[in-house]
Amino acid sequence: MNLPIYFDYSATTPVDPRVAEKMMQYLTPQGHFGNPASRSHKFGWDAEKAIDEARNNVAALINADPKEIVWTSGATESDNLAIKGIAHFYQKKGKHIITSMTEHKAVLDTCRQLEREGFEISYLNPQANGLIDLKELEATIRDDTILVSLMHVNNEIGVITDIATIGEMTRSHKVFFHVDAAQSAGKVPIDLAMMKVDLMSFSAHKIYGPKGIGALYVRRKPRVRIESQMHGGGHERGMRSGTLATHQIAGMGEAFRIAKEEMSIENKRIEKLRNRMLAGLQDIEEMYINGDMKQRIAGNLNISFNLVEGESLMMALKDLAVSSGSACTSASLEPSYVLRAIGRNDELAHSSLRFTLGRFTTEEEIDYAIPLIRSNIERLRDLSPLWEMYKEGVDLNSIQWDSH
Amino acid sequence: MAYSEKVLDHYEKPRNVGNLDKNDSSVGTGMVGAPACGDVMRLQIKVGDDGIIEDAKFKTYGCGSAIASSSLLTEWVKGKTLEEASAIKNTEIAEELALPPVKIHCSVLAEAAVKSAIEDYSKKQKA
Repeated sequence: MNLPIYFDYSATTPVDPRVAEKMMQYLTPQGHFGNPASRSHKFGWDAEKAIDEARNNVAALINADPKEIVWTSGATESDNLAIKGIAHFYQKKGKHIITSMTEHKAVLDTCRQLEREGFEISYLNPQANGLIDLKELEATIRDDTILVSLMHVNNEIGVITDIATIGEMTRSHKVFFHVDAAQSAGKVPIDLAMMKVDLMSFSAHKIYGPKGIGALYVRRKPRVRIESQMHGGGHERGMRSGTLATHQIAGMGEAFRIAKEEMSIENKRIEKLRNRMLAGLQDIEEMYINGDMKQRIAGNLNISFNLVEGESLMMALKDLAVSSGSACTSASLEPSYVLRAIGRNDELAHSSLRFTLGRFTTEEEIDYAIPLIRSNIERLRDLSPLWEMYKEGVDLNSIQWDSH
Repeated sequence: MAYSEKVLDHYEKPRNVGNLDKNDSSVGTGMVGAPACGDVMRLQIKVGDDGIIEDAKFKTYGCGSAIASSSLLTEWVKGKTLEEASAIKNTEIAEELALPPVKIHCSVLAEAAVKSAIEDYSKKQKA
């Protein structure tokens, strides 16, 4: 076992060695290094063949037509292309868009930009379990609503949005539906022949592919049109110009192929590990799990250890690579907006740790982590005046704090 | 973020953790910060008849730099007069611990904690 242990698979994943092997075939003079857009020689044809194969593999995981896949630089670009693309193309139909407060910044900041351009955005507040109230969503749809954009799986708390049901709703209201699937592809079954999703964003590096490559699914039937953001050689049927990065795309294709093959077995294994970790921690006093535990991906565990500050806990757990909702770990000095949106108070948001497990997590790593976490929580609580007051029965809310 | 060696040292081996009897008239208690902000420091000083701080204890809820700032402070105030202790500047703490700009507020809080503890002690003496 190597230290530190990686428990941050929702931030990024290592590239699967099988994927790296595949990528290396498209770089060197001996490999298929050609420009896939070169139609006049074998170098181009070979590269194009690799692109086609990757496109088929990505489409196969989500049961889509390969022609519906547009390569991008990652999920952030896909989110931008989908939301701005729809907004700009259909703005004569309406200028109202619905999203949620717990979306990734790639969606929230894109929506903020559209607000500056005169669009109106409704931000749904999720329920305490992190999920959107479907009745509230339906009530928010108006005649001038053109798009609903929601994430499939939340990056912080791992809860799964019921996109099949929402797809039926948006289709019946003739509103486009965009889903950010960066955290769900390869972890949750996606069937776009069944689900009425119009646009879906993907990233390779969250599922053991390389960074810097992603895709946007754009439905053909019924046809969805978007205004392109990147102009140039008219690649990707004019929706996203720029020479295709063959090795990156081949890597993403291979990652998606492996995910399709191994997802069901892998999920069972990861869930077992996650439950083992939870079992080892759940009798800790004043601990709160953030987000719904049933409607949740296998590899996510987000816990607030009340009255212990998250950054100091992470510092103590330097042998574990985890992330925290603590303000001290963010540039903005604000605690997690996701935890705030689901109704956690600042204290609990400051006290949260996110453990995300993945393909290379082992039982040995889990068993190493549990006593380490437990002993350090105890140590930091011994150091905490708040813990002492809590133990003495002092109501912390009754105190006039002197905030700086 | 990388921590300085001094922050790590105080964080891993905090000095003078604990309590002094807050009802003792020779003890001054200062508690500053707020849980919602992610930092609460409690600093206690015990002042001898000669007006010199003979003991200091702390407990801190907060990030590593906040813990280190308060731990360092307990070392610094011991053996000082109240006047000398209240002259400790946050910049000295920040400099000693090599705090990065985003952690300066931890040293500000520590300075406020000393002043608050001294104030509490002085109030008790007047009463």
